Amino acid sequence: MNKARSNPLNSVMMHGALILYTLIALFPVFVILINSFKTRKAIFREPLALPDADSFSTIGYETVMKQGDFLLYFQNSMIVTVASIFFVLLFGAMAAYALSEYRFRGNMLMGLYLALGIMIPIRIGTVAILEMMVATGLVNTLWALILVYTAQGLPLAVFILSEFMRQVSDDLKNAGRIDGLSEYTIFFRLVLPLVRPAMATVAVFNMIPIWNDLWFPLILAPAEETKTLTLGSQVFIGQFVTDWNAVLSALSMAILPVLILYVIFSRQLIRGITSGAVK
Amino acid sequence: MNKARIRWHILVFLAPAVIVYTAVMIFPLFNTLRLALYTRIEQERVFAGLDNFRTLFFDPIWAEQFWNALGNNFWFFLVHMLVQNPIGIALAALLSHPRLRFAALYRSAIFIPTILSFVIVGFAWKLILSPIWGIAPSMLDAVGLKSLFAPWLGKEEYALTTLALISVWQFVGIPMMLIYAALLTIPEEILEAGEVDGITGMSAFWKIKLPLILPSIGIISILTFVGNFNAFDLIYAAQGALAGPDFSTDILGTFMYRTFFGFQLQLGDPHMGSAIAGAMFAIILLGVCIYLFGIQTRMRRYQL
Repeated sequence: MNKARSNPLNSVMMHGALILYTLIALFPVFVILINSFKTRKAIFREPLALPDADSFSTIGYETVMKQGDFLLYFQNSMIVTVASIFFVLLFGAMAAYALSEYRFRGNMLMGLYLALGIMIPIRIGTVAILEMMVATGLVNTLWALILVYTAQGLPLAVFILSEFMRQVSDDLKNAGRIDGLSEYTIFFRLVLPLVRPAMATVAVFNMIPIWNDLWFPLILAPAEETKTLTLGSQVFIGQFVTDWNAVLSALSMAILPVLILYVIFSRQLIRGITSGAVK
Repeated sequence: MNKARIRWHILVFLAPAVIVYTAVMIFPLFNTLRLALYTRIEQERVFAGLDNFRTLFFDPIWAEQFWNALGNNFWFFLVHMLVQNPIGIALAALLSHPRLRFAALYRSAIFIPTILSFVIVGFAWKLILSPIWGIAPSMLDAVGLKSLFAPWLGKEEYALTTLALISVWQFVGIPMMLIYAALLTIPEEILEAGEVDGITGMSAFWKIKLPLILPSIGIISILTFVGNFNAFDLIYAAQGALAGPDFSTDILGTFMYRTFFGFQLQLGDPHMGSAIAGAMFAIILLGVCIYLFGIQTRMRRYQL
């Protein structure tokens, strides 16, 4: 059985193709990381060699730490990402519960209204968002970013979470009602813990675009004390274009946090995408 | 249930999401479209009807930039459709092979560029393709193709395609994952039935799997379309707001940014910026409608 599909020659060719593409995917990251630990001379003489005792140097990192406030940028990115995801999950789950649990007039319409934002990018409204943030004094605060990312993440979150909440058994909720639990208690104590996997999927989906966004930090919060890591590294690298050590180190420092997050969450992310949550 | 009673908890559950979504997304969207109909004359905001759009489409200075950006944007999209999606599908087809070892490892590794920010990707490729550093020329030299090297990002005729390919490199993981997921849902019996009829290997892919994953290909196409027509970050990170050399990499996102935020000596004009946003909105809406009504409803779906 399945003879044609397990031909050894085929298998070699398949691995060959996949290895080739994996190399293409990883090569630039690898080159940046190894060269960030080399002296300026070694960077240019042998860009593809690993750093050895002779060429090892952390001068780039020293410049970066001295010149740029990367710890602050990192902290800002962290606050914005965590807070946005928190609000997306809380508000998204609450709305999804209302839509999937109760029948009321306008339920369908409300669902459609909230789903509009899945396809339409929030960036189109940037001019008015900026005016609004200026008018309310939120410009150059992290709140501006948190609000925007929360609004941006809600449509897909409501959509995915309400699909999952429909699967929570009615008997469980009715048992809670008979025991005299309030609707709020039923939601927070019974339903939320059951949709935790779906919430993790939503969180991971939102995490990367928020962390990596350049547009809104650039427009809504470009001040030094509210720069995110993405914007901070963009500005820093722009200033140090000729200092190759500093540029390579700054890039590596921007790569590492995402890479670490990815290693922790990749299983969740890939399972989320492949479970068809975005269909 | 008592009909007259207002069920407050429904309101409480819905309110936060609806308020934030309406206030920060839907309202600004329409407000931007409204602002496109105004203009500023001596610090006063005056209603100008469709004048901004007339300027954008027909005024020689503006129109040239607009059509340039729009054309570039279409080319950017075309490169994604012709390169990113076929490679993604091919990788997914390889990965979904039932007895492939290390599939999870390949999958995670190929997805890594997708999680990096545009800033990292833009600068990393800029360094690698830089003639000063010389990684790209010396690698081409190693395979005897040194004569092909050119400072791709600095030449008008290559820069846009180079950036599009960099973006393809970054995002190939998304079509790969979505198609991979679709391929996994094809039941083994169908493939075995095909095998009994002598359809194996490549022809099994073309004749059985491809028709079954067409709906997913439709989804990745529309995702690519929306993503490309609202792209900005990669061009800005690699080429700056001026989308050099000589605006050859200018797309709608960078054009809108320059217009409403201003750059160098030109002052920002929120009203013209809104007009460009309006044009982008119309293009994206048109694309989504073509997909929803023209493609999705006509696509044959097979019950599995």
